[in-house]
Amino acid sequence: MTFNLIPVLPELLVAAAALALLMLGVFRKGDSTRDATVLAIFAMGAALVTLAGAAGGGRQELFNGLFVLDGFAAFAKGMVLVASAFTLAMSLDYLKREKIGRFEYPVLVLFATLGMMMMISAGDFLSLYLGLETQSLSLYVLAAYHRDNQRATEAGLKYFVLGALASGMLLYGVSLVYGFAGTTSFDALAKLFSAHGAPSLGVVAGLVFVLAGLAFKISAVPFHMWTPDVYEGAPTPVTAFFAVAPKIAALTLLMRVLMGPFGELTHQWSQIVTLISIASMAVGSFAAISQTNIKRLMAYSSIGHVGFALVGLAPGSDLGVQGVLVYLAIYLFMNVGAFAVILSMRQKGRMVEGIADLAGLSKTSPGMAFVMAVLMFSMAGIPPMAGFWGKFYVFMAAVKAGMWTLAILGVLASVVSAFYYLRIIKVMYFDEPVEAFDRGIDRPMRLVMAVSTLVVLLFSFVPGPLLTSAKVAAAALFPAG
Amino acid sequence: MFEIGLAQYLTVAAILFTLGVFGIFLNRKNVIIIMMSIELILLAVNLNLVAFSSFLNDLVGQVFAMFILTVAAAEAAIGLAIVVVFFRNRGTIAVEEISQLKG
Repeated sequence: MTFNLIPVLPELLVAAAALALLMLGVFRKGDSTRDATVLAIFAMGAALVTLAGAAGGGRQELFNGLFVLDGFAAFAKGMVLVASAFTLAMSLDYLKREKIGRFEYPVLVLFATLGMMMMISAGDFLSLYLGLETQSLSLYVLAAYHRDNQRATEAGLKYFVLGALASGMLLYGVSLVYGFAGTTSFDALAKLFSAHGAPSLGVVAGLVFVLAGLAFKISAVPFHMWTPDVYEGAPTPVTAFFAVAPKIAALTLLMRVLMGPFGELTHQWSQIVTLISIASMAVGSFAAISQTNIKRLMAYSSIGHVGFALVGLAPGSDLGVQGVLVYLAIYLFMNVGAFAVILSMRQKGRMVEGIADLAGLSKTSPGMAFVMAVLMFSMAGIPPMAGFWGKFYVFMAAVKAGMWTLAILGVLASVVSAFYYLRIIKVMYFDEPVEAFDRGIDRPMRLVMAVSTLVVLLFSFVPGPLLTSAKVAAAALFPAG
Repeated sequence: MFEIGLAQYLTVAAILFTLGVFGIFLNRKNVIIIMMSIELILLAVNLNLVAFSSFLNDLVGQVFAMFILTVAAAEAAIGLAIVVVFFRNRGTIAVEEISQLKG
């Protein structure tokens, strides 16, 4: 028996790079954080290239269907790799300045990325679980990475306890699905449900547990309690990482699970997803209004964004999946850019996190203020910016499926959330400057800011590439129409 | 004669699972108890899987249970490590004291 290992080559590359960097860190004298981080970014770039090479030509299965590479997985993995590489680039100088540089940092990020890629490609609940845990275990450590800091360790502890509970719920659901359907393979489950129609009560209960576990991982309401605390406590580059890559991975995983094995049970889960979506949008909009810490604000903002993305998932249509993919791609660049600005908020060599600290930024550093203004307009969904189109596509999918209430509530939530995004712009442009931020933003950070701002600004003019690739990716989830 | 079938196993597993979940939320004392509750949840899942596996005459459930055992060990190691650094910083692992971050 022979295996064609080409589809899994990107994962192998990331895994090999992580192990090699671990060796490098152990055997080299002196501090090798910077070299390891740069090498890790290159490894991710190489993985991206091999992914582009391996992904062509339809659906490929490996390891008896445990691992699936199709257009959908390739698109999602591309996003995850880009997000991880960006966040690594942003942490280069931060780690050195805060004196918490250790070579384990890029290694942990690589392992987390590996877990995300595995879970995106899962074709069975077993590989789903293993990928999810590879990711989660690395993320628990990353959250508590600043181990002498009280807040970081508290964030790590909270994240660990709630994350482990979520994994437990997911597993309990998987065990019920396995018991009442007799298999854990996504394909076999899909065949079973399309042949037999109405599933047994045990399967539905299992589905609910699986949904609850995954809702935890994407921090959707009512399973969002950990998000603000963890985002605030964790070191800022780690927060940036949490806000983007794992969220994209978990959301695409959720889409694959709901559209694949449970694709025939849309009317069973559509209501749950609708409810979760409305609750997330509401909490994301209203709870963020009273925040003064910008990392905490970003946490609530990300909860809201998950709610908007779920609007596209609720109808269970390929148009919706396409909308969610576009939304996630735009979300990636908006968030990475916003965190690059947050990471540059330093006064007299110390990091500051208050929204009030941004006062008068347009006068002290106009470039940064412009970047932040563009990103905030985009997050609020003001028309020429990319964020508007992201929302437009998910709401369109809901409207086309006749889910008017959901779409209208989404637009209302978007209006409420515009308040706190616009408040940041008001603080930057119309408040008197208190104290200028330190000069000298490092080069990778400038690059990240420039790239994300350009993407957000230019998407309205050249939406073609992203739209078509998202469409192809979404089509991969719906075999034969 | 009283037969022990699938239903009995599932009931025990469900009770263990519920105990674990409540142990996490109702416990106000000690983080170690939370770790034990997490293990209880994972054991309930394993019991479920093995019972189903034997009932269905299908090996997948038992293979799954082996993987869960392995991952649970890694998870416990990482959890305890985080508890240790937390204790070093704060000098306590009482659940009420994990409250610096809020709002």
